[in-house]
Amino acid sequence: MEAAVFILSLVDCCALIFLSVYFIITLSDLECDYINARACCSKLNKWVIPEMVGQCLSTMLMLISMHWFIFLLNLPVAAWDIYRYVKVPMGNMGVLDPTEIHNRGQLKSHMKEAMIKLGYHLLCFFIYLYSMILALIND
Amino acid sequence: MSGFTNLNSSAGYSQNSTPNGGAAPHYQNGPVQTYPSMYPPAGYYGAPPQQQGYSTIPGHAAPAPNKAPVTNNAHSANYYHNNHQQQQQNHLPQHHVAPSPYSAPLSSAPPSQPYAALPSAAPPPTNAHYNQQPFQPHPPYATPGSYYGQQSYHPSPAQQHPSLVPVTASGPGAPLYPIVSYPSAPGSSQYGTLSSSQSTSTPVGIPTQMVGAPLHQYSAAPPPSTTAVHPGYGVGPPGQMAPTVVNGQGSTAHNAVHQRYTQSHQASLSYDSYSGVPQSSGGADTDQPPSGTPSTSVHSSPGHHQGGDTSSSTTGSASPVPNSYDSLEGGSYPDSMPPSNDMTNQAPPYGSYGYPSMQSAYQQGPTSHTDASPSHDLYGQSSYQQYSQPFPNLFQLSAALGGLSGVPELEVEALRPVNLLQERNLLPPRPLEPPEPNVSSDLKKVNCSPQTFRCTLTSIPQTQALLNKARLPLGLLLHPFRDLQQLPVITSNTIVRCRSCRTYINPFVTFLDQRRWKCNLCYRVNDVPDEFMYNPVTRSYGEPHKRPEVQNSTVEFIASSDYMLRPPQPAVYLFVLDVSHNAVEAGYLKYFCESLLENLTKLPGDMRTRVGFLTFDSTIHFYNLQEGLSQPQMLVVSDIDDVFIPSHDSLMVNLKESKELVKDLLTSLPEMFSQTRETHSALGPALQAAYKLMSPTGGRITVFQTQLPTLGAGALQSREDPNQRSSAKGVQHLGPATDFYKKLALDCSGQQIGVDLFLLSSQYADLASLACMSKYSAGSVFYYPSFHYIHNPAQLEKFQKDLERYLTRKIGFEAVMRIRCTKGLSIHTFHGNFFVRSTDLLSLANVNPDSAFAVQMSIEDSLADSSLACFQAALLYTSSRGKRRIRVHTLCLPVVNQLSDVYAGADVQAITCLLANMAIDRSVSSSLSDARDALVNAVVDLVSAYKSNVSNLQQSGLVVPTSMRLFPLYILALLKQKALRTGTSTRLDERVFAMCEFKTQPLQQLMRMVHPDLYRLDNLSDQGALHLNDTVVPQPHLLHLSAERLSRDGAFLMDCGNVFYLWIGKCCNEMFIRDVLGCPNYASIPPNMSHIPELETPLSERVRAFLDWLQDNRAFSCTIHVVKDDASAKATLFQHLVEDQSEVASSYRDFLQHIQQQMSK
Repeated sequence: MEAAVFILSLVDCCALIFLSVYFIITLSDLECDYINARACCSKLNKWVIPEMVGQCLSTMLMLISMHWFIFLLNLPVAAWDIYRYVKVPMGNMGVLDPTEIHNRGQLKSHMKEAMIKLGYHLLCFFIYLYSMILALIND
Repeated sequence: MSGFTNLNSSAGYSQNSTPNGGAAPHYQNGPVQTYPSMYPPAGYYGAPPQQQGYSTIPGHAAPAPNKAPVTNNAHSANYYHNNHQQQQQNHLPQHHVAPSPYSAPLSSAPPSQPYAALPSAAPPPTNAHYNQQPFQPHPPYATPGSYYGQQSYHPSPAQQHPSLVPVTASGPGAPLYPIVSYPSAPGSSQYGTLSSSQSTSTPVGIPTQMVGAPLHQYSAAPPPSTTAVHPGYGVGPPGQMAPTVVNGQGSTAHNAVHQRYTQSHQASLSYDSYSGVPQSSGGADTDQPPSGTPSTSVHSSPGHHQGGDTSSSTTGSASPVPNSYDSLEGGSYPDSMPPSNDMTNQAPPYGSYGYPSMQSAYQQGPTSHTDASPSHDLYGQSSYQQYSQPFPNLFQLSAALGGLSGVPELEVEALRPVNLLQERNLLPPRPLEPPEPNVSSDLKKVNCSPQTFRCTLTSIPQTQALLNKARLPLGLLLHPFRDLQQLPVITSNTIVRCRSCRTYINPFVTFLDQRRWKCNLCYRVNDVPDEFMYNPVTRSYGEPHKRPEVQNSTVEFIASSDYMLRPPQPAVYLFVLDVSHNAVEAGYLKYFCESLLENLTKLPGDMRTRVGFLTFDSTIHFYNLQEGLSQPQMLVVSDIDDVFIPSHDSLMVNLKESKELVKDLLTSLPEMFSQTRETHSALGPALQAAYKLMSPTGGRITVFQTQLPTLGAGALQSREDPNQRSSAKGVQHLGPATDFYKKLALDCSGQQIGVDLFLLSSQYADLASLACMSKYSAGSVFYYPSFHYIHNPAQLEKFQKDLERYLTRKIGFEAVMRIRCTKGLSIHTFHGNFFVRSTDLLSLANVNPDSAFAVQMSIEDSLADSSLACFQAALLYTSSRGKRRIRVHTLCLPVVNQLSDVYAGADVQAITCLLANMAIDRSVSSSLSDARDALVNAVVDLVSAYKSNVSNLQQSGLVVPTSMRLFPLYILALLKQKALRTGTSTRLDERVFAMCEFKTQPLQQLMRMVHPDLYRLDNLSDQGALHLNDTVVPQPHLLHLSAERLSRDGAFLMDCGNVFYLWIGKCCNEMFIRDVLGCPNYASIPPNMSHIPELETPLSERVRAFLDWLQDNRAFSCTIHVVKDDASAKATLFQHLVEDQSEVASSYRDFLQHIQQQMSK
């Protein structure tokens, strides 16, 4: 059971890592002007909800399986994802808005956020991996 | 009428000559003839992107790609289809262009220069050429010193006088740039004839310019009155010619044409909206055959209205190379591009290069540098307690530097500490002049006009740390497409640009020797192309630094086909009119139709101009205006959930051909809906239909709306709570309620469609949401609250005047603007109506002469290694006559490393405007009270920063440098504006509109709106009056905006930017009332007087001369309201007296005290 939870988390975490990398690549494409702001934003906005769901999933898994430390580690990120999604103004086209992304250093802050998430997910990945192995051995 | 009424009637394609008339001319603008098969139809309508998605954008990674394959692909796909039809069209351009004198160069111009074979824009593929270049032993290269010795650049006598006022005329000794052209070029003589026939009503005609109209006279000359249609173009022979031609063609080729039309239309619909702006690998670096004539001709042409458009035609041939606009206008070059030159790319800007004998004009860098450091020492030593002491030193210094005298005085004056609590008369007698950048007089002379290009800090701080210390925002305010009276237009095969950053050559580059120039933005050393060596002004060879590009900071280039993605689009106008019950009640339709009828011939455009109309209530009505019909046909589409276009080819019609039908429609339209009972408004679906109608060509959509849209996509709900209008707490709903209009605007922007909105509504119509359609498609917003044709004559008059200006003003299509700045500076926020395409590129579907932009900048790297910072705004657009043009403005400012210098160069008006823009952003993204706090904090920060860092005075009170003395006043005025005020009842729509105005109005207009100019008119004297032509324009002094300055026995004029108030005191001199207003006494002045009668009395003439003079330098004509000294009318005037206390807002004095309290916290 324990092992199953971590395997699931591990898969989830892999997906999130890929997603972070995808965010970084797309945003840097925009930075270098390889793609249009509109294209970039519509590409990335599609993945905002999956990312949120993925993050919440692993948080819930940890809560259910009562791994409090990992749960607390996951909680702020999940909360941030939800907050970010909820806080989008009505007239905007999603978390990333093509008309604003070049203003006020938004591009940079999105980039920074994606980077931090990547680091965080990598950390989680190893924690899950370790826990999984531990769980498998204990079984 | 229920749906689909007349749908079938338009199905008869056999009569459809209109599409040919409409579409064919695109193919006629020259290129077709020379390159018959190069325009695949789909290519024109934007199809090439099918091959080139966004992923293949040019760029750093891809090595300069060869364009040929792309061309072939695009071409071969449509080749057969296109070819036969092309032949039929072949004769067409000749007919078409025949009446105009500039068809000749297209076909038969022999190259007048050996260089003609070079590509036009000095792109990378010319490496071959560049590689040969530097190593040729050019004589001048070998003896640089002697070159400059001989060709010395003597400043004319006029230049040597330090002039504190803006340099207006350069005097007879100064170099003039009249019409200059290569004598050998066949084009040159034509330009002469052409331009003289071009603008008959422009006072300063081309021929007179040749005699010597000074180039830098931006402000003094009276602007030409509205330019009439150019006779040669408008109604002359072409008009008679065209129909026959098109008909002839239509009968033979309409099948092919129609097929093509539909096909391309499908194509354009089938892909993502943005691919309409085809992006492709490549860039401007196309190896493109020489185009047009090899002539380089330069001539001044009045850019006012369409004047400039007629000037040249050498842009001849175009190759259908799909480029991205980014790279067209000058995206970056691939990094992998091999440097063609041994000089290092990143050479330190003013390092040691061995041409010590250069003229001073080309050594600005070092010169100013030496200027900067001594002065800094000086400020370091001498505190401002004895600020009289610096004078001798500064004088010595300036004497030593020569040519710089005058500047330090200004600087010291600007830095004189002012205690705001003690000095009461802060306003200058005349409206504030922008501060002059502290650069050498040579540079000052050529620097960009402050009306076009203004920086908040005319001395750029060296580092971000210094900027932070100054607590002032750094930014630019641009008005790039302003109507200019004088604009050098340059036709040249080679538009000389920096090879790495694509900066256009400008007056602030450094010529290292005759053959090389150093870019002033990235410091790369570039070659001077051979063609550029020839100076068309003096007709001599080897004077690149005397070319007009290098002598004027505002120039316009006629761009070659390298700068086109598709053949330049025709002028296309679509009017989308609300005809619901509400609209009929308001009664705007009649006046709109009248105005359009009147100005139909003045609409900017050429033979290809197309118009269309679309009306909507709960259904959408299209109008078939196809030529040959006896009367316009209305097609009704009632399916608003899935809007389709009933007929693709007869809805947008050629104005020339269908003029009678258009006139018919405009006369009958107001009657048609007079009985309507339909109260719903399906604006969203109507806009979708308009978008579909326009997307093949791009153009301008003008939307008239009178109520909240209630049906279909984009329906809105009322969000305003009238009880909250005067709430001092937060104001809600400043942002859009839906993203529908934003998405639509972005789609439009992608298809080069600009949307302008006229909102004439008495109820809440959610402008915050509706304005998005213009905001992101580079349109403009007009708002007429409580518009009613009977009950509100003032609004009606304003509407009519605005409409006239709107319809006749110049317009540029499919435009992009790139703002470049010296390495180390970067743009971080943009303000205005446009879509930001990349970090420095703005996409403007339409550009109009009345909208301005602002950008905020930050300093990323230290600017220590250069002493000058430059900014260049390049606006690439298609004129209404189908010419691709580039307008380039360059501004050059000194870099300083002392805080005192930064303050000395602060431009208080520009800072206020930029802060206003920032405050608007803040109030939308955060809250209104946040924005207001931020504005107050801006003042507090400035005062404390100045106190702690610069002024060593220990005196109490609020001390600011003289340059910023009006800052608290302006901020207070901002806080009392409709956009930002709280407490006073303000309708949400009016507030949002005021915010839109802040974002788009040019600086001077905005300043007048924020802080109106108040003059006393009843005692006008000739003292200091301006003498313009025959009229004497008195110059009364500015008064503080306070009721205590008004007196009962006077008459006062308040200039609020778009409206004048003439306030007549109760005891006003009866002579004034009689002589100026034509009324016997005060009591007989009618309550709603809104014009000044033309009386023959001297006083009346003076007043009118003054009013006309005020009116002259603004775009939209102002209405004037005579306000009597009674309670009802006073309220409108007194809300502008910003220094006074109102029920909710504090007076200036209280505000200062508030600031002081904040500081001591």
